[in-house]
Amino acid sequence: MAETKTPIGFIRNEGRRLMDRWWQEMTAADGAGRPTAYVFVMGSLDEILRVFDLPINCPEITSLQTAVRGRSLEYLQTAEGYGYSPDICGYVKADVGLQLKDRQHPNGTVPKPALAIATNMCNTYIKWAEIWEQMYHCPVFVLDLPAWRGGDVTPRVDGEAFRNDRRYVEGQLRDLIGLCERLTGRRFDIDRLREVMAEVNRMAAGYQAVLSLNRHRPAPFSAIREGIVFQGISNLYRGTPEGSRFFEGAAEELRERIHLGMGTLNEKYRLLLTGTTCYAALKRFAELFEEWGGVFVHSTYMVFAGGGFGSDFAYDVTRPIESLAETLLLSAWRGFSTPMFYAQDWLAETVREWSVDGICFHGVKSCRTTSTGLPDVREWLRTHFDIPGLFIQSDLVDPRMWSDAQLKNRIDAFIESLAGRRATGSHEAGIRRPSDANAAR
Amino acid sequence: MASGHSVDAILEDCRALVEDPEFPAVHRWLEANPGGKVLGHFQVYFPEEIPHAAGMLPVKILGAGSAVQIRKADARIAAFVCSIIRSSLELALTGRLDFLSVFVTPPICDAARNACGVWVRNLPKVNCQMLYLPQNVTSPHAAAYLRDEYRRIAHVIEETTGRPIMEAALCRSIALFNENRRLLRELYRVKRETPWLLSAVEAYTLVRAGGVMPREEHNVLLRQVLELVPQRPGKRQDKIRVVFEGGYCEQPPADLLAVIQDACYIVDDDLLIGLRWLTEDVPTDGDPLANLARAYLDGSSYSPVQHDPRKPKPEMLLRRIREATAEAAIVAAPKMCEPGLEEQVNHIRALEKAGIPHLVMEFEEKMTVFEQMRMEVETFAESLLLDFA
Repeated sequence: MAETKTPIGFIRNEGRRLMDRWWQEMTAADGAGRPTAYVFVMGSLDEILRVFDLPINCPEITSLQTAVRGRSLEYLQTAEGYGYSPDICGYVKADVGLQLKDRQHPNGTVPKPALAIATNMCNTYIKWAEIWEQMYHCPVFVLDLPAWRGGDVTPRVDGEAFRNDRRYVEGQLRDLIGLCERLTGRRFDIDRLREVMAEVNRMAAGYQAVLSLNRHRPAPFSAIREGIVFQGISNLYRGTPEGSRFFEGAAEELRERIHLGMGTLNEKYRLLLTGTTCYAALKRFAELFEEWGGVFVHSTYMVFAGGGFGSDFAYDVTRPIESLAETLLLSAWRGFSTPMFYAQDWLAETVREWSVDGICFHGVKSCRTTSTGLPDVREWLRTHFDIPGLFIQSDLVDPRMWSDAQLKNRIDAFIESLAGRRATGSHEAGIRRPSDANAAR
Repeated sequence: MASGHSVDAILEDCRALVEDPEFPAVHRWLEANPGGKVLGHFQVYFPEEIPHAAGMLPVKILGAGSAVQIRKADARIAAFVCSIIRSSLELALTGRLDFLSVFVTPPICDAARNACGVWVRNLPKVNCQMLYLPQNVTSPHAAAYLRDEYRRIAHVIEETTGRPIMEAALCRSIALFNENRRLLRELYRVKRETPWLLSAVEAYTLVRAGGVMPREEHNVLLRQVLELVPQRPGKRQDKIRVVFEGGYCEQPPADLLAVIQDACYIVDDDLLIGLRWLTEDVPTDGDPLANLARAYLDGSSYSPVQHDPRKPKPEMLLRRIREATAEAAIVAAPKMCEPGLEEQVNHIRALEKAGIPHLVMEFEEKMTVFEQMRMEVETFAESLLLDFA
């Protein structure tokens, strides 16, 4: 087979095309009164929903898009006018505002939910789904994914506790299948599930290839600029050939960029983002670092909101439901919960593997899931691994929480400190292996 | 506990216990039980029968109110997190919880889940565990899962104490806690039916004491109080009967409750609902862990941090109001509490639809100034009294 060369610009153009197509499908589904499933980025269960041809709406994505389009404030204020506090999740409020505005989004129309699926990976998911339950009286299916319990972050898959978790998750998946059968009037087709899962495996491989390519110096993509495209496509097109092809093409384009010596900019400092970016000021957020040659080569967000595609992610399609349960659990332990709740070792390992100079901890007022313990993790990494970290705060989608001058001040100082480390050579001597620090505990 | 012979004397002792951030009752227990182990658990619910059956003292960790200034915890946890998470950590970081061998956090909210990581990193001598209580409570698989999750925690406890938890001991503990729950239900009945004999603040203090003292002693104390309360002098007043909703996790200051009860009778509430979570007796025969699991799922109260389609929270609040023959509600939420603030909107809509007067408020455990709130509550109560006149 002749080698195909993916053109530079594929990620941007194909990403935009797929996103536009998804919005067209959403709007068409609304027009046709077609039932839609509302899902979240951590544990969406697209594998099962696609068997029943249920279109998927991902409200975290529609909410962040209101911010990227510069329109989030009007949605937030609509929700606050309805009674939601300034102190709760901005994604929730942007979505409530959207629902109260007859589901009219700057990009199209969101259909009503016929079913909502929430996992316990973020407790706000459950409260959010309860809002739709109140608004639309739709069924809400909460999938429990018991994950990290304290202590070691790696579950003993042959242990009694993990077997218990696996039984529970598998049972719940069978409950969900029954619910989808009743909702759609269609019989479950296990061979179709195998096909979708095989496609997810393909996408996971592509996604992993994309992430790994950013170990290269200079990094061929920005984890917050193009990262947002990867997040969107991995969630909205999970289990589809278009989604898999996108990541294969993206990897090809990135290899081509590496071949041509193209980085995202004149890379001086390689950075890791913990938490999420501020979508209400996405471009500016990146610029504040890029002005200094700082490029985000990776982010925890690309892990926990990236479909749980850890390096060992792979479904065994010969035993689909069992494997789905097991892989979801492992994703919950390693991909969804560890980078948020007990992240220090994962971060230290990533710093080493991606040759990171420093970590930006972005505390998001809206999101206690990603942000509560960040000051502590930052301090731990500083004292145990000598990894420099910057802690800044703003929000996901609320432009009122963005303070440009204050952030610039702190970011400038942080980059200067990285420059100082580089000048003295302490950046190379300082970073220790997590195992060394564990042994010292 | 050296309780006196009057309700007032008992209450004074209890108040001293619950307001002291040094946990004097726990230290007394440790003096009487040298080598004894203590398990702390965060809000909302934890099956205390399990550590109790192992001879451990279960202690409820629910913040420090305004008794402790938060300094060290502020450097560990983001500022936009509720107070109870930070003040509980402050207690631990300042050595006040050095008696803990095990600390268990159910991941009731996103902040609590993160807090477990912070505790693990900073308190290496404490075995910190997350207990995943089911959110898919109507799944036919939830009970078996929860039984096994309880078994996992039981193993942690067994490793800590070095002794196995016998079924018979667990059944005896369940019986003891059944009695405690029965007494608490009785206390709430008294408060509901004769709020002029037992005020909300008094009842709250008595309930809260149960979280920091051996349950055997708490049962004795509650029996004494229930015997003595009918003998108290007290005269019924013309006050609005209200339900207070929003105290399931972070606790409002007792002074805030006092401000409300100056103007209204608080005839029911969800304060410390975790201590009253199981609403019926847990069977003492059969598999005790399975019985506890089944009771959690099917014989329990409600709170914003548990999803149960059989118990829509707004309808449950309306039922609480109805059953308490209350005329109004005070719908509160702790500052920065995501589940509480989100639930508040549903509650308000349901109350509006049902035509039930309500006052909405936000509180913080560290509040010290209540004048503004006093004015709001008094205005609310007076407007209702005039309306009903």
